[in-house]
Amino acid sequence: MSGITFSYKIDGGDFVNAGKASSEIKRTLKQLNVAQKTIKRVVVSLYEAEVNIVAHAHRGEINVLINAEEISITLKDEGPGIESVEQAMEVGYSTASPSVVSMGFGAGMGLPNMKKNSDYLNVESKVGVGTTVTIKVALVG
Amino acid sequence: MVVKNIVRELDLKVFNKNADLDLEVKGGFVGDLLSHVMGNSEEGQVWLTVQTHKNVLAIASLNDLSAIILIDKQIPDPSMLEAAEKEGIPVLGSDKTAFELGGKLFELLRIDS
Repeated sequence: MSGITFSYKIDGGDFVNAGKASSEIKRTLKQLNVAQKTIKRVVVSLYEAEVNIVAHAHRGEINVLINAEEISITLKDEGPGIESVEQAMEVGYSTASPSVVSMGFGAGMGLPNMKKNSDYLNVESKVGVGTTVTIKVALVG
Repeated sequence: MVVKNIVRELDLKVFNKNADLDLEVKGGFVGDLLSHVMGNSEEGQVWLTVQTHKNVLAIASLNDLSAIILIDKQIPDPSMLEAAEKEGIPVLGSDKTAFELGGKLFELLRIDS
């Protein structure tokens, strides 16, 4: 079946608007009567991914598809890419700038949080080009 | 217990004018690493932190937290205050440390339950 789609554009460094997509998706899932626990998993994953684009990339685009079974989110950015995705998945590993760290971000917990709160996480990256993250969370069962 | 009660008991300052002080307080969470708070705080908790920027509001809102307490004489920066006015989530303040405030809040909630 077809579903509901959303699309957002994000600018690197724009911390003022970080979380907008997460907030709108949260509202939509609430209206669809998705369980609160599931909404929280989606919101944690999406917010972390959103902040990663703001903190590291030049710009990015988020595409969301919600159908009866699952929510599927693709975040594609243009940016420095990730040298070692395996290393980036480790808790505590971070390449965030000092200014980002001083805000309380960049503690090396973002990708681990996304892994923990999603049913499917895929990170594809090319150094100097950008990163595409795909997150899926089941909405039923 | 609602936010109003803890404002009185802990002698907190209320920074935003339209703060919803009737939100129910179910617990507390102390943290300054935003991903830690994002991933682990739960609905109805009061968040004690030194962070004073707008993203604190985003996290509090996304996780349905009941209030933010800025500890150790911290004050919200203008963007945080603006977001707080919009969201209605109380942004509170104290001269005390997270240790002291957390201890008192824990005790208040224990007596209340």
